[in-house]
Amino acid sequence: MSAGTEWPLWEVFIRSQHGLAHRHVGSLHAPDAAMAIRNARDVYTRRNEGVSIWVARSADLHASSPDERDALFDPAQDKVYRHPTFFPMPDEVKHL
Amino acid sequence: MTGTGLPPASADALLFDYLLRLADSDIVLAQRLGEWVGKGPVLEEDIAQTNVGLDLLGQGRLWLAYAGEVEARYATRGRDENELAYFRDGSEYRNLLLVEQPNGSYADTLVRQFLYDAWHLRMLDALARSRDERIAAIAAKASKEVRYHVERSSGWVVRLGDGTDESHVRMQRALDALWMYTGELFAADASDDALVAAGIAADVTALREPWRQAVGDVLAEATLAMPSDGWMQGVHGRGGRQGVHSEHLGQLLAVMQSLPRAMPDARW
Repeated sequence: MSAGTEWPLWEVFIRSQHGLAHRHVGSLHAPDAAMAIRNARDVYTRRNEGVSIWVARSADLHASSPDERDALFDPAQDKVYRHPTFFPMPDEVKHL
Repeated sequence: MTGTGLPPASADALLFDYLLRLADSDIVLAQRLGEWVGKGPVLEEDIAQTNVGLDLLGQGRLWLAYAGEVEARYATRGRDENELAYFRDGSEYRNLLLVEQPNGSYADTLVRQFLYDAWHLRMLDALARSRDERIAAIAAKASKEVRYHVERSSGWVVRLGDGTDESHVRMQRALDALWMYTGELFAADASDDALVAAGIAADVTALREPWRQAVGDVLAEATLAMPSDGWMQGVHGRGGRQGVHSEHLGQLLAVMQSLPRAMPDARW
């Protein structure tokens, strides 16, 4: 915010009609959280995209650094035993 | 239509005129909001404001379509929604004076919207209980949209009224300037009375106190002063709903109607 003249940026998360989790859809500017939700409703749900909205100040999100990608994620690549693919699943068990 | 005690043709003519009154305020305000497209103070607001305008246009179309069907019952033919919107002159328009007022600054636009939304919602809730099923159905559908309009414009009135010194002054000035058009929202004439008695129209005189209460609550939160009722425009049977308009409507219609009038058969 430069001298209080710019509205802060908000990240918008929408839960779709069929989705269980909120998904990041984009960002927008708004003076406060209530207006951010209203703006998100008008900008991101015009075509019936959602049933629930979350917003969070972009400044409050903390992200992993791209530089650390190898250290963080490469070690998982050769550990197939972490995937639950070695167990026979009974047919009766749904939604796994 | 029954219940007015009038011959069917006269009663239908009355209903037709009433439907135009409902339609025209929506259409004229939608056109006003359309003037902001691409010029909103921020992108988000540009989109939000346009959404509201499109909601109103959609509602106006529903009222006009019904009006045309009613007209066909007593006239040689009923006009369709395009003909009613684009080929009536200003003196045939039946909208409230409030909605034809120019956009002014964004404060003027928001205050106009807030005053109208707060009335519009109560109007639709009353119309949803109309004995005319078509009116009740359109009103019930529209009130869902308008409930959001009220929330949005109220939110802005609070934020800008109780915002900076500059925004407060602008909002109060807009409120003071537009207040004289709010009397017409609650003024009923003889044709309103006949349709209210028949259980078809909404009794606007009963909406005044709830409206003042709701508007007063928002203004108090916004630290804005509710103006006192001075000279009110259009309340003595010679207002927008009787076809007597300010000069602003003619200019608005000239823009809105120029294309269909230049090319009557134009199609998308």
